Amino acid sequence: MEGIPLLHILILSTTLFFMGIYGFFTRRNLITMLISIELILNSVNLNFVVFNKYLYPERLEGIFFNIFIIAIAAAEVSLAIAIIINLYRKFNTIDIEDTNTMKH
Amino acid sequence: MNISILVLLLPFLTFIFLAFFGKKLSGIKAGIIGSLSTGIITLVAGIMIFDYWGSHNGQGPQVLFHFPWLTFNEQLSINMGLLIDPLSVMMVGVVTFVSFMVHLYSIEYLKGEDRYGSYFAYLSLFTFSMLGLVLSVNIFQMYVFWELVGVSSFLLIGFYYQRPAAVAAAKKAFIVTRFADLGFLVGILMLSFETSTLDIPAIIERLTSPEALSTGSIKLHMVGGLSTISIAMFLIFIGGAGKSAMFPLHIWLPDAMEGPTPVSALIHAATMVVAGVYLVARLFPVYFMITPGVLEIISWVGIVSALLSAMIACTQTDIKRVLAYSTISQIGYMMFSLGVTSYAHGDTLGYTASLFHLFTHAFFKALLFLTAGVIIHAVHSNEISHMGGLRKSLPVSHIAFLLATLAISGFPPLSGFFSKEAILTATHHAHPVIFWLAVLGSSLTTFYMLRLYFLIFWHKPAGMGKHHEHILFSLPILILTLGTLINGFIPFGNFISAIAGPTPVVVDLSMAAIPVGASLLAMLIAALWYARPTSYPDKIAQSVKNLYQWTSKKFYFDELYLFITHKIIFQLIGRPIAWFDRTVVDGTMNAMAWGSTQLSHAIKNIQSGNVQSYAMYFLGGLIILAGTLLYAFGYFM
Repeated sequence: MEGIPLLHILILSTTLFFMGIYGFFTRRNLITMLISIELILNSVNLNFVVFNKYLYPERLEGIFFNIFIIAIAAAEVSLAIAIIINLYRKFNTIDIEDTNTMKH
Repeated sequence: MNISILVLLLPFLTFIFLAFFGKKLSGIKAGIIGSLSTGIITLVAGIMIFDYWGSHNGQGPQVLFHFPWLTFNEQLSINMGLLIDPLSVMMVGVVTFVSFMVHLYSIEYLKGEDRYGSYFAYLSLFTFSMLGLVLSVNIFQMYVFWELVGVSSFLLIGFYYQRPAAVAAAKKAFIVTRFADLGFLVGILMLSFETSTLDIPAIIERLTSPEALSTGSIKLHMVGGLSTISIAMFLIFIGGAGKSAMFPLHIWLPDAMEGPTPVSALIHAATMVVAGVYLVARLFPVYFMITPGVLEIISWVGIVSALLSAMIACTQTDIKRVLAYSTISQIGYMMFSLGVTSYAHGDTLGYTASLFHLFTHAFFKALLFLTAGVIIHAVHSNEISHMGGLRKSLPVSHIAFLLATLAISGFPPLSGFFSKEAILTATHHAHPVIFWLAVLGSSLTTFYMLRLYFLIFWHKPAGMGKHHEHILFSLPILILTLGTLINGFIPFGNFISAIAGPTPVVVDLSMAAIPVGASLLAMLIAALWYARPTSYPDKIAQSVKNLYQWTSKKFYFDELYLFITHKIIFQLIGRPIAWFDRTVVDGTMNAMAWGSTQLSHAIKNIQSGNVQSYAMYFLGGLIILAGTLLYAFGYFM
């Protein structure tokens, strides 16, 4: 491929990262927050692969790390779903505004 | 001589044992244990006496078990050790013997008391402390034991702690002596500054050895015209005066009679109250050679105490109070006898006479208190008005009391005659004014003691039948009576002497006629007024109404002290300090607490329970961290 400059792809991954963070802060639905977290993880993934391909093409560590992140993201999502299910059993809602009882 | 350590060890172990197990011992076992231990140390004391004067005659003092306890710097340290010299050996003998008699007496006197074991524990503690005091080689060690004796006295005076009067008396005794001990401590510190040592033999050596005196190697620092050594010795004397109940620190001793009578016999007659005399005698070379001015003050304090307390004793109606004031008076005699001793005229009789009187006084005063205990036990009251005509009811006590009274009045051939005449002879040579005051005091002594005797044993027809006197009361009384009879014939000057050789205690018979004559006159007056109910005492009291008022109210000393403490010290010092504590100190603490609470109210909303705001703080921190790292690694150039 004709060299897409590294910078452009990094801008893309940074944008995705901050979009994920924005989503985590502002969404009220717990599942939607989970999706935002996935977005964060995937943007980081993109970062790793891009650095690997452009700066160290003969090595594979970045791609290996990518596979790790995918696996860990999967495990983390299952854990998060378990927490959401327990929260639902207590509060009967998955709105995060209603789960703020651990306060002063 | 290593057996001497037993004299300290045994009472201490008895105290520990009885303190822990005394409650579990039934009946009189605690008393038997206490008496056994005291009996053993009396034997040891006897061995020490025979050994010291048998083999060491003229060999001078020994120091055993000398070890540093607390070191300030290379030269100055507080050492602990035993000093065996004539004075300490004599005191050990007196203390152990009287303690043994009191133990035997107490077995029966306090039988049935709840805290029987505690009583004997406290007695053992006292014996240990007093023996430690007299055997001390270091003046700070003596101070430690001095305070221990004060504590034992407090515990024993306040033994019947459910009685508010006893508690108040114990507090008063401890506070007054503690206040005097402040002077003692400051005196010790000043003295150690001058001499760079706290060991008594070393102090005496450095200040009074011939080389020191001639070369003037001890430079005297002067403060306002007085040398610091004079001030130091005077302060040390104040400590002694507090413990020995000299004016004006005498107020605690009459109140201390709230304790059980055997305690009064042991502590407040024979042993603890002579600690002040012992202290002055111990440091006597310094007092005499370096600070003769303080010795003059000591003489006057002694004679004033002797005379004023004799006057007060004439009007008291509680038997133990009379004996208490009598004790103050006799100790006054011992003090001024030390005060008028003069090496210069080669006449050191005063020193020997004072300690001879200490020795004989221990016997007859303890005897007086123990017989008073029997009388109080029989009549169930301390007031003289409840007694009278007891001579058939208490025969043993009667004879003993009579002999002790004659001894304290100085009638020959009882022991009191020899010791008192020795004091008066010494005073006659040195200080005529004090001599005549002392003769006056002596006749007053005879008067009030015989007044007491007649009011108790005569005065009224016999009120009760023969009262059984238990053997454990009679035995100590008889032994002490024997002592009172024969002590006068001991050639005391061969044993206790301020100079290298013996001091002859000769009684100048022609001069002795004056005080003995005055005493006979006093005795006749007392017999005339009190042997049968007469109106003489009341008539005389009416005619000298003011004087009578003042003496029967003990010269208003207690009222004076209460005024000073309540109106002056509490109002002017206590109240402002309390205000400061409440307002400033507590105020600061409260303000700090208030500040913390306000701060916490302000920031508590951070914990909102909202996950997303927590995440925002997290992100904020992360950005700051990232920024710092980038800055640190130079990426912001």
